[in-house]
Amino acid sequence: MRGLTGRATTVRRTRLGAAAAVLALLLTGCSDDGRGKDADGVITLRFQSLAWQKESVDANRELVDEWNAAHPGVRVEYVQGSWDSVHDQLLTSFEGGEAPDIIHDASDDLADFAHGGYLADLRELLPARLKNDIPRRSWQTATFGQGVYGVPFLQEPRVLIANEKILKASGVRVPTVRNPWSWAEFRQVAKELSGGDGKTYGVAWPLKDPVSATLNLGLSAGGQLFHRGTDGKVKVRFTEGDAVVPRTIHDQVGTDRSASAATLGMGGSDTLPGFFGGKYAMVPLGFSYRQQIVQQAPEGFAWKVLPAPAGADGPTQGVSPQTLSIARDSPYKKEAMEFIDFFLRPSNMARLAKGDWMLPTGAAALKDPALRAEKDGWATGAALAEHLVPAPAQSVRGYPEWKDKVATPAYQEYYSGAIDAQELEKRLVEDGNLVLARYQR
Amino acid sequence: MTIRTSRSARAGQYLALLAYLVFLAFPFLWLVSTAFKPPRELGSLHPTWIPHSPTLDNFRQAFDEQPLLAAALNSLVAALSAAVIAVLLATPMAYVMARHRTKLSAAATGWVVVSQAFPFVLVIIPLFLILKNLHLINSLVGLVMVYVVWSLPFALWMLVGYVRAVPRELEEAAAVDGASRLRTLVSVVAPLLAPGIVATALFAFITAWNEFFFALVLLKTPSTQTLPVVLTHFLGAEGVADLGPLAAAACLATLPSLVVFALIQKRITGGMTAGAVKA
Repeated sequence: MRGLTGRATTVRRTRLGAAAAVLALLLTGCSDDGRGKDADGVITLRFQSLAWQKESVDANRELVDEWNAAHPGVRVEYVQGSWDSVHDQLLTSFEGGEAPDIIHDASDDLADFAHGGYLADLRELLPARLKNDIPRRSWQTATFGQGVYGVPFLQEPRVLIANEKILKASGVRVPTVRNPWSWAEFRQVAKELSGGDGKTYGVAWPLKDPVSATLNLGLSAGGQLFHRGTDGKVKVRFTEGDAVVPRTIHDQVGTDRSASAATLGMGGSDTLPGFFGGKYAMVPLGFSYRQQIVQQAPEGFAWKVLPAPAGADGPTQGVSPQTLSIARDSPYKKEAMEFIDFFLRPSNMARLAKGDWMLPTGAAALKDPALRAEKDGWATGAALAEHLVPAPAQSVRGYPEWKDKVATPAYQEYYSGAIDAQELEKRLVEDGNLVLARYQR
Repeated sequence: MTIRTSRSARAGQYLALLAYLVFLAFPFLWLVSTAFKPPRELGSLHPTWIPHSPTLDNFRQAFDEQPLLAAALNSLVAALSAAVIAVLLATPMAYVMARHRTKLSAAATGWVVVSQAFPFVLVIIPLFLILKNLHLINSLVGLVMVYVVWSLPFALWMLVGYVRAVPRELEEAAAVDGASRLRTLVSVVAPLLAPGIVATALFAFITAWNEFFFALVLLKTPSTQTLPVVLTHFLGAEGVADLGPLAAAACLATLPSLVVFALIQKRITGGMTAGAVKA
């Protein structure tokens, strides 16, 4: 009996020892510094990509593989990040000196990193081809102070996705990029497309994040909201141009009942079931939502991409393109830029754009016939490209706090009818300038 | 009259319990339903619980696109290690704190409570720098250390309650019978603490299994990433998500917790009760 117990104990101990050894192997086996240059002199660059849709991830990985095959001395390691948490993750990595060498992000997220000295100024590194291929207005989105801190490469306008059957049946004029609807005409059309019975609506505004949508579309009506003085300081001023878009949305929801109040708190994806079900005739969405529509629309569902309404300044609208930056601490900035130059060659940029269902910033990539096809609304997007300018607020210090604490609740309350236009203006300007002043002392 | 009142009260209790169960189960059942739906059904205005055309494509896509199995193994290693180490450390500490009430143990208990108030963002940068100096960034060893430290205060706090629930008289009786302190701990206290230890280990396991932010910041390469980090790869900008594959992957991520719960459910209940009632 004792012998058996002793053997059982020994067996148990052996098993425990084996388990501990396996655990230790697994734990230590997963340690990997993964940076710098190895004994053979091969440089390893860490590239953190935020691509997440299958086609886009595939395109990214293929390009990295192509680079690695052609450049045995500079190996690029592909690391997938997430849009959801990229800011906090990068901030911690920068502080700890462990940031990726090549960083995929969006221009409206770069201001803090650029001002904080975490990103390399790319002006001396950029090759002439890339510099000339991307228009000046796009470079402005990644320019902070005197420096350029990212290469803008993909962007998306906000468009109207319309139910083609309802649109045709109504007989309304179908807008084009050359001859878009004015904001007043859009309001009238939404009324005509609306059932007026509280069951079907002309438009569904998904405004979970109302600030960027309102400001970016507001540029078409001459809205600026943020005005930089000769002393370089920025102040909020609410002009007639700034009022056009908010007033249209407010009146569609509250007065005309041509826009659903229920979608004001929704994200873009949440409105799609109602759009497919005929509840909403039009939905203003980012250009890349077309992928979800293609995947999820019921068979035979006909839809059309229309340009967003235009105001005094035409179909102009603000965008915050996706960017590629280089960490200031990277010891291999030249090699990192060589990879970016390869990654953003016209044919590659077009591949990335198709993968993400977005528009390339590069003029040469935009000439790709697939990006100018009528199918799935590519042609409308491509025609809008020349009207895309930097989002009005992205270089303003203190904008994130202004947006979260002042503008988001103010716009939400205004659109839902809880406050009037005077109160909206008061909050955006008076409360807003107090916030901005703290960042500009 | 009394019986009728009692029956209706009982029916009301069952109804309330049923409503609570439905409330608890709803998100998980919806997740499972979503995982088996094709994209067209995900965009339906009138969603159904049972998919019209159930498909495994979401699971296939999830496995094709992301290294889910490797990430699950990393999560399992990190969570198991954290749970085992946390319990091994917390059990003797809890015994000392429960049985030897000194000023130091009171201070330690106070510190345990205070330490629960620190948010992640406050500690992450110093923690990152410390681990970097120890060359433990991008290493599961570093992550396990963080998880142990993070779960230790609460584990300790839980176990102190369980130790206090073990009657001191049993230890005294063992001592009278001639048992050494170690023998008393191993043969008398430990078996009585087993449910509490299991419950504490489960708490540490689930905390580590679900943890996202530390893993996101501390692990840099795909080969070391854990499941919660990999799940975010199905999310795009502005809250857009690849819903089908995300639901499929999330279903798989919940399985280990469910299995562990199912296996040791009775012990947990015993542990909870043991900690709740003072002997």
